[in-house]
Amino acid sequence: MRHIISVLLENEAGALSRVAGLFSARGFNIESLTVAATNDLTLSRMTIVSVGNDNIIEQIVKQLYKLIDVVKVTDLTATEHIERELLLVKIDVNQNTQADIDKKIDEFSAKIVDVSEDTYIIELAGQSKKINDFLDSLGAFKILEVSRTGVTGVCQRRES
Amino acid sequence: MKLNGAQILVKSLKNESVEHIFGYPGGAVLHIYDALDAQNDIMHILVRHEQGAAHAADGYARASGKVGVVLVTSGPGITNAVTGIATAYMDSIPMVVISGQVPSPLIGNDAFQEVDAVGITRSCVKHNFLIKDIDQIASTVKKAFHIASTGRPGPVLIDIPKDITIAQTQEPTYSGVVDMRSYQPIVDGEPEQITRAAELILSSKQPIIYAGGGCVIGNADQELREFTRQLNFPITQTLMGLGAYPANDELFLGMLGMHGTYEANMSMHDSDCVIAVGARFDDRITANIDKFCPTAKIIHIDIDPSSIGKNVAVDVAIVGEVKSVLQDLITALKDKKTADISTWWSQIKQWRSVDSLAYQTKEGVIKPQTVIETLYEVTNGKAIVTSDVGQHQMWAAQYYHFDEPRRWINSGGLGTMGFGLPAAMGAKLAKPEMDVACVTGEGSIQMMTQELSTMLQYNTPVKIINLNNGYLGMVRQWQEFFYEKRYAMSYMEALPDFVKLAESYGHIGIKVEKSADLKDAMIEAFKQKDRTVFLDIITDPNENVFPMIPSGAGHNEMLLAGRDEMASINDEGLNLV
Repeated sequence: MRHIISVLLENEAGALSRVAGLFSARGFNIESLTVAATNDLTLSRMTIVSVGNDNIIEQIVKQLYKLIDVVKVTDLTATEHIERELLLVKIDVNQNTQADIDKKIDEFSAKIVDVSEDTYIIELAGQSKKINDFLDSLGAFKILEVSRTGVTGVCQRRES
Repeated sequence: MKLNGAQILVKSLKNESVEHIFGYPGGAVLHIYDALDAQNDIMHILVRHEQGAAHAADGYARASGKVGVVLVTSGPGITNAVTGIATAYMDSIPMVVISGQVPSPLIGNDAFQEVDAVGITRSCVKHNFLIKDIDQIASTVKKAFHIASTGRPGPVLIDIPKDITIAQTQEPTYSGVVDMRSYQPIVDGEPEQITRAAELILSSKQPIIYAGGGCVIGNADQELREFTRQLNFPITQTLMGLGAYPANDELFLGMLGMHGTYEANMSMHDSDCVIAVGARFDDRITANIDKFCPTAKIIHIDIDPSSIGKNVAVDVAIVGEVKSVLQDLITALKDKKTADISTWWSQIKQWRSVDSLAYQTKEGVIKPQTVIETLYEVTNGKAIVTSDVGQHQMWAAQYYHFDEPRRWINSGGLGTMGFGLPAAMGAKLAKPEMDVACVTGEGSIQMMTQELSTMLQYNTPVKIINLNNGYLGMVRQWQEFFYEKRYAMSYMEALPDFVKLAESYGHIGIKVEKSADLKDAMIEAFKQKDRTVFLDIITDPNENVFPMIPSGAGHNEMLLAGRDEMASINDEGLNLV
């Protein structure tokens, strides 16, 4: 099963490689990983999407806690939570395709953030499924480049 | 007063009451050596190879309970130490390793003797630091010792670039306490879990206590004894736990696992309640995990939450220091009546009567088991015994009946050949008043013979018991059993003359070839209180370690000496190593 694990850790050099190293050394899977400092600049928030059965996810959480830099680990999928991913996609646009592409952008409430003579850069934020669906819907057109941030998320309870 | 970084480092180490450092100098640590040279509180032991430094600090830590300290230079200095660091990590030994690094501006430039020490050691340390500012030295040392010695202990590396040891600053204050928001080890077990464990213990009819290295490292031997005797339960110990509970006690069933006793393994298999105390259900213990303790409820006490549920699902988990949890359990069980376990004890006595450690003696041939029994007799069971890795390690564990903790020092987790000799040197420095023996083999000892030189320089008299059978014995045993006697690379030709080798390093060498000479030679060796003696003992090359659970089998499928000489193994077992 897919889990979103949110890790609060000391914003120290090397913290990312500790986490990445842990996952590869123990054979845990990473679908995506995002990291940035929080409002408290001494702390970083890392969001990891991993797939595994309950035992594996339990081990991942415990092994993460064992890292000295890690302050708190939350399995967001175990609670009510909001998850978002950001997509930037560059697509070829011409007279024949423009109207259809505009229609798809409207359907998904996506946003054109850059226009050139023959390309669009489109931005879409949402759950991973929505982004997958949007990319699928562009299948008939010529996608030039896709960049996704990976999932980030927040627990909906006041205290997480 | 202004001090340089090296001086602050040395003062920080003094502040942690460090008395011994095992190390080797080099370009990146010259300033640190200069600062060490200017003081007399800390003694530096100059090893002959950095791996020896880490093993010696490890042996020192295991014998004394203190943090072992290592100092090495950048590049090959730290890479040579990695095997020793990994050895300490696998056995949860408190250690602080200080490695020099190239000057900060050169980091990342592939400078001479540069290696990414923090990167290379990341997966075999509890934590590591790269110091980036002279103002971090004192607080980093404080944190390193705190992390190394609390919670589940382990090695911590401090990598310090040369320019930072040279820079000067006002002498800092050396803080007495550490508070880290991200590191708060758990001490006490949850009361609710303790109550649940106590209920399970009281209702069990076929209980067994399975105690591991956590009881030694956590200094919980007295609590373990009280707990076991209070309940009158049978107890078995892992390779790492030996000595925490006295081997000569009636309740002790011997070691469990691959080369454990028949009674210990059968009791595990048939038990209805296994109480795991500071043990981690390692594959050498569980044998085939699918056949492990099929009818038991399992209580698991461990300081490391990630050990719980990792290999085996447990019924009651108690996270906490073994010492504290056992104290709470002792209180919870006080004046409570356990179920009648007399039938269980009768069954165990029947298994015990199989006498699974019995072995055949042969006229004129020295049996390795006899060597360990003689060592036990000559030292009255009171020596510190270190070992290397292989058959001799198992025989030492089986036949030297350890009655006290911190007397049995071996590489159980990583299984590092070469560990025994430097570890013995470290143990002797920690406990100079005790006899120290290093049980080894002609294969293992050759991985670290250079430390014989260090042992002369620092006068650390150790008795080396070399079980010389001319083979990498454990490899040979597996080849005999599982590879149709194809002895690929397990025979060592061109062995050195160990007597002359010992003598060339300034020690005493004695070769023993006849069983009749064994005891006298051993007595003679231990009479030499202030000399290292190398006993090169020619033992039966065909002897195998029994009993044995072949890979892939269960605890109730043991092979016994003289009864099941030839083991067999299925493909699944071969894969398990």
